[in-house]
Amino acid sequence: MDLALLTRRCEHEWEIPAHGAMRVPAVIFASEALVRQMDHKVYEQAVNVAMLPGIVTASFVMPDAHWGYGFPIGGVAAFDADGGGVVSAGGVGFDVSCGVRCLHTGFKSAALRAAQEELADVLYAQIPVGVGSTGGIHLGVSETDAMLTGGASWAVHNGWGEAEDLERIEERGQMSGADPHQVSARAKQRQQDEMGTLGSGNHYLEVQHVTGIFDGALARQFGLEMDDVVVMIHCGSRGLGHQIGTDFLKRMAIAAGAYGIALPDRELACAPIRSELGQSYLGAMRAAINCALANRQILTHLVRRAFAHVLPEAKLPLLYDVSHNTCKLEQHGGRSLYVHRKGATRAFGPGHPELPEALRAAGQPVLIGGSMGSGSYILAGTHSSQRQAFSSACHGAGRAMSRHQASRTWRGREVIEALAARGITVRSPSMRGVAEEAPEAYKDVAAVVDSAEAAGLARKVARVEPLICIKG
Amino acid sequence: MGGDPMASGKRMRAHWEHFAHQADMGVRGIGPSKAQAFEQAALAMTAIMTDPATVKPLEMIRIDCEAPDDELLLAEWLNSLVYEMSTRRMLFGRFTVELGPGALQGRAWGERIDPERHHPAVEVKGATYTSLRVAQEGGGWIAQTVVDV
Repeated sequence: MDLALLTRRCEHEWEIPAHGAMRVPAVIFASEALVRQMDHKVYEQAVNVAMLPGIVTASFVMPDAHWGYGFPIGGVAAFDADGGGVVSAGGVGFDVSCGVRCLHTGFKSAALRAAQEELADVLYAQIPVGVGSTGGIHLGVSETDAMLTGGASWAVHNGWGEAEDLERIEERGQMSGADPHQVSARAKQRQQDEMGTLGSGNHYLEVQHVTGIFDGALARQFGLEMDDVVVMIHCGSRGLGHQIGTDFLKRMAIAAGAYGIALPDRELACAPIRSELGQSYLGAMRAAINCALANRQILTHLVRRAFAHVLPEAKLPLLYDVSHNTCKLEQHGGRSLYVHRKGATRAFGPGHPELPEALRAAGQPVLIGGSMGSGSYILAGTHSSQRQAFSSACHGAGRAMSRHQASRTWRGREVIEALAARGITVRSPSMRGVAEEAPEAYKDVAAVVDSAEAAGLARKVARVEPLICIKG
Repeated sequence: MGGDPMASGKRMRAHWEHFAHQADMGVRGIGPSKAQAFEQAALAMTAIMTDPATVKPLEMIRIDCEAPDDELLLAEWLNSLVYEMSTRRMLFGRFTVELGPGALQGRAWGERIDPERHHPAVEVKGATYTSLRVAQEGGGWIAQTVVDV
């Protein structure tokens, strides 16, 4: 991105002043080096989002932002229904409620190392992963609707997990306002055999250990110490969410003219919040959030079963579960706003009433997935994050190289061998998939989280590095 | 990256290619006719997951779709294929398309996914409207968009 197009507010904050049809400015939170790495398309997309009706304060861009469709990935925008605000399917993305869940294990890495290969094999056998994989659960029509309404609560009620898990999930594991009747038959059909599946692409399940503590007090509140082994699960709402994105992108693109919305780009397809289509999308999208929460809950059950087989004394309570592709109605500055986060994590600060009591003093855990080799980060929401960008932070490393280029640059087998030499066990059904996800195809996640902290979006708590990676 | 698994035309050879997108993948079909460009775009989408040449044409399915313009029709065609692949657990390696006003009648030949043989790399979530374009160009047609993976 050309820095000459931006006004520097401070070290890690840049403004694109409102011009042309922009209703508000765009604000980018990133270091100079990260801004320079961003594609010019991120600039264009941040500007386009600022043109949408009812947008409040600014079109925000997180440090890991890259070119998406409609909104940039790493984009945050809030809309006021009273001000003619809109809801956008492109502002949420196809993988509705894609997110990250972190589980404690109670082990140190030495105990895990002794069983590393066996655990990798059992996890790989237990977790359906990769293109075309199906889960062991087949959902009929009425059960699908119950899942879409109940989310992780539905899963726990059916025996996949414990009631105390729900405390440690955004929305307490059940998104309110979900309307299964707004979800198409096609979307439900795509999901009927996909519950408890990990997917492919950048989705993964990793066993990791803590290799750095940045804030001892926060780490203690999160229950983390050096060398603790944790499990991270990254996946979303699977075929159901993808189909909802597809369905509503088309409906919103066709209907925009009838709602008097002049779209700067068709991919910004949206509808007024207070319209039949807007409400229909919100009902369907919230159902997809419940699908993602239920899916990660079932995967948690499968992980616990695998651990019980190899390390019977293991207990795997949740640290937290966050979603990074959503639109949620939240209170900010005394106003009710519809906050779109596309590739951005909610980061409520200390004392927020949405947080479970055990975490309320610390602030919300913000789980940042990195690449297979570079590790991941656990951050905490801060008071300043509430002021900066509607309590939002980054979500991952962000790609530095296209899949196409990555698959021509590396071979999957070589990537696996290189990681094995570093003590990281990879299991995947697709060597090409592994090549496309090679660590070097991603930006430096450390630079992203450093910038997020410096910008006041979140505070660094701990760094974790993989021991086992199950990759789709 | 490209391929030539389909027929050649008088004015230009029908073919497909991928184009760069930072996080996802661009698919572009090119052909003497608009319908052939649509067919090639579908092949380009299959090639994101596997080599289309490895997919045996064991089963044929019909796809009918409608949209108010060519570009939305291309997205609808590709998204219909995503749906069929997802629910049937199939891959497709051969396509035919007939276009009418605002409507498409397509056929797709393929087989159930065999991970051992197809080594599928990544699943396609859906066709977006990013870089979505259907146009006459260079004596033929192009049909392109970015698909979310």
